[in-house]
Amino acid sequence: MDFLASIGRVVIGFFTATGRLTLFTVVSVSHCFRPPIYYRLIGRQLLDIGYYSLPVVGLTAIFIGMVLALQLHTGFNRITGGESAIAQVVVLGMTRELGPVIAGLMVAGRIGAAIAAEVGTMRVTDQIDALSTLSTNPYKYLVVPRIVAGLVALPVLVLVADIIGVFGGFLVASYKFGFNPSSYLQNTADFLRADDVVSGLIKSSVFGFLIALMGCYHGYQSRGGAQGVGAATTHAVVSASVLILMFDYILSALLFSS
Amino acid sequence: MNAAPKIAVRGLKKSFGNKVVLDGVDLDVGVGESVVVIGGSGTGKSVTIKCIMGLMEPDSGSIKIDGEEVTGLPRSAREKLMQKFGMLFQGSALFDSLRVWQNVAFGLIQGRGMDAAEAKDVAIKTLGAVGLGPEVGELWPAELSGGMQKRVALARAIAAKPEIIIFDEPTTGLDPIMGDVINDLIVKCVRDLGATALSITHDMASAHKIADRIAMIHKGKIIWQGAAQTIDKSGNPYVDQFIHGRADGPIQMEIRAL
Repeated sequence: MDFLASIGRVVIGFFTATGRLTLFTVVSVSHCFRPPIYYRLIGRQLLDIGYYSLPVVGLTAIFIGMVLALQLHTGFNRITGGESAIAQVVVLGMTRELGPVIAGLMVAGRIGAAIAAEVGTMRVTDQIDALSTLSTNPYKYLVVPRIVAGLVALPVLVLVADIIGVFGGFLVASYKFGFNPSSYLQNTADFLRADDVVSGLIKSSVFGFLIALMGCYHGYQSRGGAQGVGAATTHAVVSASVLILMFDYILSALLFSS
Repeated sequence: MNAAPKIAVRGLKKSFGNKVVLDGVDLDVGVGESVVVIGGSGTGKSVTIKCIMGLMEPDSGSIKIDGEEVTGLPRSAREKLMQKFGMLFQGSALFDSLRVWQNVAFGLIQGRGMDAAEAKDVAIKTLGAVGLGPEVGELWPAELSGGMQKRVALARAIAAKPEIIIFDEPTTGLDPIMGDVINDLIVKCVRDLGATALSITHDMASAHKIADRIAMIHKGKIIWQGAAQTIDKSGNPYVDQFIHGRADGPIQMEIRAL
């Protein structure tokens, strides 16, 4: 019977957590559409999530673009005429897949953790309760600005990452492997379609939402001092990263099904 | 006291899992009265005020503010009701991302839509009332000592001139002199505002100073209440043990042998 009890405990725990998260998501999203909206807080979060993430996202993107070109060059050597496809594969890989996913994962580490730690500390030091006693809805004041900023900032970051990533590939191809720079760029531009970029941006918007949501949710639920906040931070980053990869597949399947 | 009580609590019950924390609390606080609830750690003091403030839903029982039932109040009505309240948190719970004056003005700006310049004047004035100069307003909460943080938290609680002020262990963690300063400030502020006050504490010096009436809570029930002057002659063995701080008596800490 102990065995059954432990299965039951796990199942109940799973459904409790799922229910709690669903409720949190519904309440948070519904508050996005009801006044008052704190525009200044959204602005500050945009700065935090978007602007200050530029260096780390840019650095990752350039190296990803470079290594992509490097790997493709050595890999495509085995196929006759394969080399000429490097420009196309780099731009397709960056815009559709690597730009959104890499930027998403980097921001999950940077911002998801920061949100969870900040909201979690506010929870364990009663600051969230204090908001309520001052007639301010904590969802509107804390959660909504972060979610809206995540939704908006990630696509912009990814657009920058796409450009820098393609540039990284261009650098390696033209300077290391002696491709003709202008024809490399021509190949890239001719091959790229708007929907490649747009689908990546849609994905990244979803990723931004997930990162902010996980940070807020785990922070909001954190209990028990420094240890609780630490656990919340870990959970926020891990769950956001896993969800990003999961939704990456689901969204790719939906967006590119035709 | 013939007028309806400001706060009327009846049969308040709350359990966490199998642990019964509140087991039918009955408590009245009259208009303009200052009631202090005393009791040991883990006897349900904090849970009682959290239920009154709507930060926690009780399992059963009734809480009436100005004769109106407030348990299960929807969020928007609760936000409105909170304008009657001010609360001083045990750990001060100042917003560390905001300057001191912004903390004090928070309820005025966010809760009541006062414009920032006007709210700042009120905040500086309120800081003056708790003995802090205008220069403190420009500091960050982290730059203040514990006693100063407590005073800022007090200023924040009274800035919007609430009808009811809740004090959660106002002197815990302060040295005896600073504790007395806070007690004096509480007495002065409550008197100046003509507010109703409900405090919880286990500091008898504080209770003597700020209470009109004292109630003792033990194992989730109010076991004694009476005028503050009469507590020394209560004839209740639980109360006697508590106010004299004796380890032996009817209240037993469960200590297991090593």
